[in-house]
Formats: sequence, structure tokens, C-alpha cells
Amino acid sequence: MGIKGFARSAVLLGMFFSTFAFADKANDTLVYASDSEPENISPYHNDLREGVVLARLAWDNLVYRDPDTGEYKPMLATAWKQVDDSTLDFDIRQGVKFQDGTPLTADDVVFTLNYVVAPDSKVVTVQNVSWIGSAEKLGDFKVRLHMKKPFPPALEYLSNAVPIFPKAYFEKVGLAGYSKQPIGTGPYKVVSVVAGEGVTLVRNDDYFKDSPQGMPHIKNLQFKVIPDAETRTAELMTGAVDWIWRVAPDQAEQLKQMPNLSVVSGGTMRIGFLILDARGTSSENSPMKNLKVRQAINYAINREGLASQLVGGESKPLQVACYPAQFGCDPSVATVYNYDPAKAKALLKEAGYPDGFETEIFAYRDRDYVEAIIGNLRAVGIKANLRYLKYAALRDQQRGGHVPISFQAWGSFSILDTSASAGTWFKGNPDDNIKDPQVQGWLQTADNALDPEVRKANYRKALQRISEQAYWTPLFNYSLNYAYNHDLQFKPYPDELPRFVLSRWN
Amino acid sequence: MLGFLLRRLGIALCVAVTVSLISFSLLHLSGDLATAIGGPEASSEQIEQIRVQYGLDKPLATQYVNWLGDVLRLDLGNSFFFQESVYNLIASRLPITLSLGAMALVVALVVAIPLGVLAAVKRDTWIDRLALSIAVLGQAMPSFWFALMLIVLFAVTLHWLPVSGNATWAHFVMPAIALGYYATPAIMRLTRAGMLDVLASDYIRTARAKGLRPGRVLFKHALRNALIPVVAVAAVEFGFMLGGSVVIETVFSLQGIGQLAWDAIARNDFPVVQAVVLLIALIYIVLTLLADLLNAVLDPRIRVR
Repeated sequence: MGIKGFARSAVLLGMFFSTFAFADKANDTLVYASDSEPENISPYHNDLREGVVLARLAWDNLVYRDPDTGEYKPMLATAWKQVDDSTLDFDIRQGVKFQDGTPLTADDVVFTLNYVVAPDSKVVTVQNVSWIGSAEKLGDFKVRLHMKKPFPPALEYLSNAVPIFPKAYFEKVGLAGYSKQPIGTGPYKVVSVVAGEGVTLVRNDDYFKDSPQGMPHIKNLQFKVIPDAETRTAELMTGAVDWIWRVAPDQAEQLKQMPNLSVVSGGTMRIGFLILDARGTSSENSPMKNLKVRQAINYAINREGLASQLVGGESKPLQVACYPAQFGCDPSVATVYNYDPAKAKALLKEAGYPDGFETEIFAYRDRDYVEAIIGNLRAVGIKANLRYLKYAALRDQQRGGHVPISFQAWGSFSILDTSASAGTWFKGNPDDNIKDPQVQGWLQTADNALDPEVRKANYRKALQRISEQAYWTPLFNYSLNYAYNHDLQFKPYPDELPRFVLSRWN
Repeated sequence: MLGFLLRRLGIALCVAVTVSLISFSLLHLSGDLATAIGGPEASSEQIEQIRVQYGLDKPLATQYVNWLGDVLRLDLGNSFFFQESVYNLIASRLPITLSLGAMALVVALVVAIPLGVLAAVKRDTWIDRLALSIAVLGQAMPSFWFALMLIVLFAVTLHWLPVSGNATWAHFVMPAIALGYYATPAIMRLTRAGMLDVLASDYIRTARAKGLRPGRVLFKHALRNALIPVVAVAAVEFGFMLGGSVVIETVFSLQGIGQLAWDAIARNDFPVVQAVVLLIALIYIVLTLLADLLNAVLDPRIRVR
């Protein structure tokens, strides 16, 4: 092919330039990309962050927590009243419509609350709803919620993780149908869900006017699944994608040089940690059963280095099994395990492993962090082989108790209460592999006590024991780098929820 | 010819049965199937119920026959992960992988055959060595790296091609180049070897002696015969591309069979893994069979053997 031929094909290719969809201000289409996709878009049937983001776009909760002030505001409920310690009454907002046009009534709220606690519903986010006892209809727009026990953080949960489903539609299509074509009351309506590709949404122009988060601005939203980090970055650079997150610190620095992109970073309430199989369910002779081994692992990890060098941004080392801004999370009760490989080696020797041992470490994200951790463990003689799985697969393995060490990241569903972090992992829920009855008892008391001081005191006891027993190796809190089209207005929040509803074009 | 055909068909059938056995046992390697289907919160009664419902309490031989019956009716079960049947998942993704494979094969042939001919004609010169280097580079470079280089050049710098997805045929250009380039060396070297063989043969000498134009000798007489083994390899390479496009599909976010298989493995989604293994193996078998038959048509000597 001569120069002429080459030029001709270049022009030919150039013509296709216009045919692939471009996301931008001109089309009023915001394309955001991430690495993973929820196994099921129903917000109760996945516990992936991408699912939480979608849940806030297409659905609404009863209550709204203002991300700037932390204040609870009316959302689908206009008012609520504490009837007694374990009963809440809600007035349901009138004039709200689901995206298929049917009006929201007390029936939908009662249905949702009862549905999510029914065992047949196979809800994945058990920790978010297990406090709910049942709901009853008091009137067309009045609902009574019975808790199993007094549960002081109820509003915090209701404002983050209990979106309302349409009764009639859901009963008609079932969970399988709903996961393909879900309907909520939220500011965006799901147009299509394509496995492996993503989700297309369009602005809900009938969104209720008095919503505390205001009306959505951008017309079209598209969530694209792009597993490869380099590909995501390239897509952003070409303009086919407008927004990405979880950008590695070195890449963020490079993207800052691009004139058409903005890069911001923000600390988040997501924490990273290792779960150690202290009960030895993964194997009878698991070294993790030995306290000294667990302590050794805690001393072996260079948290400072991980937080400052790998995670970067606002990330801080963490010693406690919760996020410090959560109610009840007192970092001062934790045993401080400073980076001390010599001490780790000595502890391993005392535990009867002078030459270390071989084990498996399971992970589903942040492979580079895990590799650094594996390096730290290697340095003290522990040879940890990486098993890298998708989240749902890892979760099943973990819940089944087959995992000696796992690297986990937990965003607490953005709930600012220790019941959502330590409570999820140590209170006897499916995710609790440790099953320490003492810790479970304290956490139960803390979750259900009405007196805030009693709550705090019990969380302290539980967190102290978790740390002393080295059930976990808490590592750091995450910092996120977001990179996006500079035409877009975007503000990050520590609760790790990109609020595209608030975004608009410059 | 009929005997040959029947013999080849018989062999293909035997391989297919073996593959189906392996594929069937894959699911059972994953541990207790009933527990996997039930999920982590299922009670032991529920798991027993599933065992009966899915026929998992029957002997393995019965289970295999039942499963094979289902497969022949295209009922491949349901994905553990997606709310979807395995058949639908595969049906929606196969066209993407097939298009990618076909385009990649075209790329490979268009690059490799001229290079091979050139290398043979200019045997042992720098042109020969250069042609070989170009081809071997394709195999030496990690495909993900080559793919990223393509992205940097054609998408980020020149803005000619889109990076990821499968919306238009333009989305397939870079993946096809990246995938096709990898298959270049095998085809190129085979073309070169075939050409050298043929060029040294008597009938070429005769053709030349008759005073035929060199171009005519090269393309009409030599290349046609030299390409016979290439046909077989191209068919096998196509099969390889279908199975081996995992990396390329991931880099370019093409939702094909390769990516599906990769995700399914990471998700312990055994029904999908099983179906993909079976499908790719069957395509391989069919392609090899076709290649054999095609060779037999092109070269009567093969039929006799």
C-alpha cells in the first residue's frame, strides 16, 4: 500500500469518528466508567459500590441525609415519629410517582420493608435490613415500622440503604424481571441493563419537586463497565468516557497535565483490612488460629507505606475495625501494631513457625495493594499465594469459611455508624467468620441500646477485643482519585457516593 | 473419498464425546453443586431439595446422559451470577468473538502470506530476515502491551479509532490487528517453507523452462500449492483466536466469549465455564475437520493416505 493508499484509509477511518457515540456536554450525556458491575441491579441483591451508586440514581430512600450537613431530611417520608423504643411511624409523601407512572403509597413501603426481611427474598445486604422486624399499613400514606429490638441508628440506615420498590410492578415481574428492567422513584430511570456492558439511564422528568437532593440536571447517564484500568484512562482521554474513579496516584498525576480533564482526590470512609481465619474454618491446622501468628501478621504489614505510597491522597493508616468518623468508632482503644518485621518474625518463632508457612490470600480488588501486602508477609517468612476472584465469588467463599486470609474493602454502605462496619463483620451476620460470642454480645448491646453512652462503651469493648485478638489486620482508609471531563461539575464526598444528580455541565 | 470422510467424521465424533465428558466433569470438580446453587445462606433442607430438584442425587452416568440431552436441546442451564440462561449469555456474545476472530484471521493472512512469499523469494537475504523479524515480533510482544500501544497511537493521539466496546465495526479494527498479529509468525513461516519446497520442485523448473513469466510461475503454480498446509493452519489459528481472545477482549472491553469465560472463571460461575469450554472445543473440532476435508479436496494425495 503506497502513501496514497494509506492516506485514503486514514480518511476512511476518520469518517467513522463521527459514528461512535460521544459522551459529552453537547449530547447532554454523562458516561461514567468503573471496573466492576453488580451481579444484580436490585439494590438489595448486590453489595458492590457500583450497585450503591445505581441505587441512589434510580431509587429513593424514606429519609435523606444531607451530605454537607449530615442532617436528616424528609425524602419519601415527609415526617416520622418515634412511637416507642422500637417503633417508628412514617408519613409517606403524596404525589410521588414511580417511573412507570404508578403513584407511591403506603402499600409500596410496607411491601418493601416486609419483602427485604423475608428469607425467601434472598437479600444479599442482610446487615442493612436485619434490624427491621415488620411493617404495617396505618393508612394510605401512613406506615408503622416495627424493629426487632430498639435500634438507634435506624434513620441512618433508612437514609442510605433501604430504597423503596413498587409493589405492583415487582409482584408482576418478580426478581428476575425486576433485575432486567427495574423501576424506582429516583431521579434517573433505568433504560437498559446489559450484562458485561453496563446500564443506561435517562433523567426522570417527573421526579418529585420537593426532593431534598433537587432535580437532576444532566439528561442521559451511562454506566460503562471497563475492567481494564489503562483502557478506562484511554477512554477518558479520548472523550468517550467523562468520569472515572479509582485512578492510581501516579496516573492521576499524569492526567492532571491534560488540559481537558480535571482530577480531584478525596478521602473516603471505605476501609481496607485483612480478615484472618481465627476460628480455623478454612483448615483444621490453620496457623491463623494462633494469636501470635495473627499478631505477627499485624506487625508485618507496613500500613504507613501502603497508605502514603500506594493508596496516596488522603489515605491514613488504620488500627481499628471501623471508620473513625462513624458513631462509636474510637480508634484509641485499638492495640497499636506498628510496622516491625523483626517482632513479627519473633512472634512467628514463638508460635512454632520459625520458618514461616505457606497460605492463601484471597482478594477481589486492588491487586497492587495486595501484592505489596504479600511482599510484607514474605519478608517475615509467610508465603501467601494470591487467589484473585470476582467479588461475589469471594463473598461466597468467605461466608462459607473457606478463606485463611482475605483482603477486603468495606464502605459501610455510607452509613456513619459502627454497626455498619464492625457490626457487619463481627455480629454473627453471614459475613462474621470470627464468631466471637463476647464481641457479638457487646455489638448487639451497642446496636440496640438507647443511651448513646452505653452504645459507645460497648463498641469500645468490642473494638478493643477485636484488636487485642488481632482478628483483623486493619490497614488504611481509602482515598479516591477521580478524573473527569473538565466541562463537568463534580464534588466528591467521603461517603464514596458520586452524586451525579448534583452534577451539571459548566 | 467417502471412506476418508467417514473416518475423519468418526474421529471428530470420538473427540467430541471426550470433550463433553471433560466438560461435564468440570461442574462436578467445583465441589458440591447443590450447595453452590443454593448459595451461602441456604439451609441444609433447601440444599437437599435442590439436590433432588436438579437430579443431583442420581448416579453420575445418569446425570451425564441427562446433561447431554439438555445440551443437545441447547439447554445449558443458568448462570450462577447473572439472572440469565447460559444459552442467552453465549448467544449474545458469540457474534462478537466470531467477528473479531474472522477479522483477525484476515489481518493475519494479509500480513503473513505476502511476507512469507517475499521471504521465500528473497531467501537468506536481509529481506528474508526482516520479514521473519516482523512476524516474530508479533509473537514476542505481549499482546496486552501491543494493544495498549495501538490504543495510544490510534485512539488517544490520532483520534481515529474508538478504544473500547463493540458499537461499530471501527471498534473491531484495533482488537483484530492485535489478535491477528499474534498469529502471523506461524502462517508466515509455513508459507515461506511451503514456497521454498515448491520452488525447488521439478514442475516449477519446467514451468520456468517453458519461459513462463516469473510472476505467473510464482502465483499460479507455486503459491497455490504452497498454501495447502496454510489452509489447515489458518483454520486451527481461527479456533485459537476464538479461545485465545481473552486478553484482547479484556483490554478493549469487547463483550465476547473470551471475556465471558474469564469473568466466569473469576466468579466461580461453573455452568458458564463449562458451556464455553464445550463450545470452543466443538468449534475447534469442526474447524479441524473442515481443514482436513478442504486439504483432501485441494490435494488428492491426502485422500489416499
